[in-house]
Amino acid sequence: MNKGFEPNIVGFACNWCSYAGADLAGTSRIKYPPNIKIIRVMCTGRVTPAFILKSFQNGADGVLVAGCHPGDCHYIAGNLKCEKIMDVVKRLVGILGIGKERLRLEWVSASEGGRFADVVTEFTEQVRELGPLSGKSQG
Amino acid sequence: MEEVRIGVFVCDCGSNIAGFLDVPEVVTYARTLPNVVFAKENLYSCSETGITEIKNGVKENNLTRVVVASCTPRTHEPTFRSACVEADLNPFYFEMVNIREHCSWVHMQDREKATDKAKDLVRIGVAKAALLEAQESIVANVNTRVLVIGGGVAGLTAAVSFSRRGFEVVLIEKERKPGGRLNDLYMLYPYNIKASDVIEQKISDATSSPLIEIHTSSVIKSVKGYVGNYEVCVDVDDGKSLDISCGVIVVATGASVLEPWGLYNYDGQNIITQLELEKRLKRGDLSVGSIVMVQCVGARIEKRNYCSKICCMTAIKNATLIKEANSGTNIFILYEDIQCYGVEGEALLRKAKEVGVRFVNCDTAKPPAMGDRSIKVYHQALGREVELRYDLLVLSTPMIAREDATALSRLLRVPTDESGFFLEAHVKLRPIDFATDGIYLCGSAHWPADVRESISQAMGAVARASIHLTRGFVEVDPIVSTLADEDLCVGCGLCAALCPYGAIEIIETPKGKKANMISVACKGCGVCGSTCYHRAIKMNHFSNEQISAQIAAVAGS
Ligand code: SF4
Ligand code: SF4
Ligand code: FES
Repeated sequence: MNKGFEPNIVGFACNWCSYAGADLAGTSRIKYPPNIKIIRVMCTGRVTPAFILKSFQNGADGVLVAGCHPGDCHYIAGNLKCEKIMDVVKRLVGILGIGKERLRLEWVSASEGGRFADVVTEFTEQVRELGPLSGKSQG
Repeated sequence: MEEVRIGVFVCDCGSNIAGFLDVPEVVTYARTLPNVVFAKENLYSCSETGITEIKNGVKENNLTRVVVASCTPRTHEPTFRSACVEADLNPFYFEMVNIREHCSWVHMQDREKATDKAKDLVRIGVAKAALLEAQESIVANVNTRVLVIGGGVAGLTAAVSFSRRGFEVVLIEKERKPGGRLNDLYMLYPYNIKASDVIEQKISDATSSPLIEIHTSSVIKSVKGYVGNYEVCVDVDDGKSLDISCGVIVVATGASVLEPWGLYNYDGQNIITQLELEKRLKRGDLSVGSIVMVQCVGARIEKRNYCSKICCMTAIKNATLIKEANSGTNIFILYEDIQCYGVEGEALLRKAKEVGVRFVNCDTAKPPAMGDRSIKVYHQALGREVELRYDLLVLSTPMIAREDATALSRLLRVPTDESGFFLEAHVKLRPIDFATDGIYLCGSAHWPADVRESISQAMGAVARASIHLTRGFVEVDPIVSTLADEDLCVGCGLCAALCPYGAIEIIETPKGKKANMISVACKGCGVCGSTCYHRAIKMNHFSNEQISAQIAAVAGS
């Protein structure tokens, strides 16, 4: 149904784990779909609800937030603070009709290049299935 | 406002990038982006030639911002920042776009899509570059006085080592005299050295040093400041309070030993802990016919699910000493598992068996039951219950976190783990540092440690702390939070509560309560910036405006 649709995906990745995991996917030459564009932040604790909502407003069909596994955050627990915030934002995007399936929080370590590629591939396909966000009501 | 003149340099990385996407097309595209006045292809941006091309590009085109689209900033950002500095540009006027790890290497199969994505990534980088601001690195002096909290073997070792390096030390001990746990102990495994010899030597080294000031019966009341400049208030023995300025702090507060009330009819008389046995051995008033020791009492259970590491060796050492002094004594050690790591540990276990200490392996599912002056235990090897008579029942209980550890952890703003022990910054990379710069830990405050481990950790903590003390200053990456708009701040304190490094304090100002950012202590995580609902906080180099511009650029082709 959504053939030919290329979703636009914004990724927020923390510098210490997930951005490094994405780097490792690169050095290991692991293929994944090119739809994601990564914005580097020092920690997922930096990601605000406004960033997520702005991404959707600006044409993102999906947003992936990727940080260190619990216990591994470079700043002790920024990732857990992010998790709490994302729980709320997920509910919010649900209410706004964007759909909470379009927002994903994942833990990817610096050594999980393969996992980074898997997560991105799987999320891209999920968003492709959901179809374009524009055209739907966006609040 | 100054004109923003952005130069974009796109790297071929030989064929690593140019082999899988159309670099000239990306360069041409870059020229169409707002504020971009110059764009160029480099064969290798990071090579001598590439760097020269960037520096010349800056000079010849009066560039005010530089974007390099190449590999990952995690390895190459410092190189390009230095190039900017050499071209008289602030290093934070530089933005890096990753079109290798995040693009050419992962989209090798589709040249067209890889090229498109590289353009997107360059557009996003340029959007941020336009909003970049100059930053100056933050430098603060370091007070070379040291505070050591805890006067046991770890704290004394640390204090003496600091003094030998020429640093002044203030040592705070809670009890009436220094020495800590070793004051109670008899012999130390693995070589049966007298605990009193060790600790007396340490105490005399410390008290004879003109650089060490010891305060006993003293308790920390408050801690303010950051690495290099801590202000600590202490209640000292004579009821007065003492203000200490210091640059670094070492936590060496030790641990407690569990008193197993309610377990195995513990009474402190005939049923005692291994620690109480040590005290009796030290006093030399032990004459009994039969001793039964029980390992892991109150340890490795659901509530306290860890192994205290030193109790097996302690029990084996004490049993062997008693047996050697009086071979007529019957000694049984009941255990589930024995932990005698290392060559010396194994040798001691073998020796204990040789001198006739009897080991009984119990079944966790069938725990020992108390009789009258006897203990009944299911003997795994015999496959039946045996009843062991005792004159003295010795319970090996674990070290537990001190009750006051939580209070101290709050004062210092450092974390404890789920068992209440102090938690290091990183289990492998920074095992004796706290995440907060300038605070270190050693000995059993961190985790049950024997004397040898406590001493090595203390020496390690001194070595770590000395990095700051010998340099004399701390320099911090300026990616920190700032209170951008004091008027917006309502002093709610949310940011201060969430900062993992104590880098924010709430202060009274003429305009009321306001947040005060202690930049040298800030690590730049951004948590405060994303939680301040009043938007009073700004994160340097990762500001709301900069990230929002990146977000807007994702779609805005
Ligand atoms: S969270 Fe914001 S408003 Fe509250 S104290 Fe911190 S800076 Fe001020
Ligand atoms: S950025 Fe992080 S470390 Fe710095 S003050 Fe804010 S919460 Fe603390
Ligand atoms: S640094 Fe990776 S989530 Fe905090």
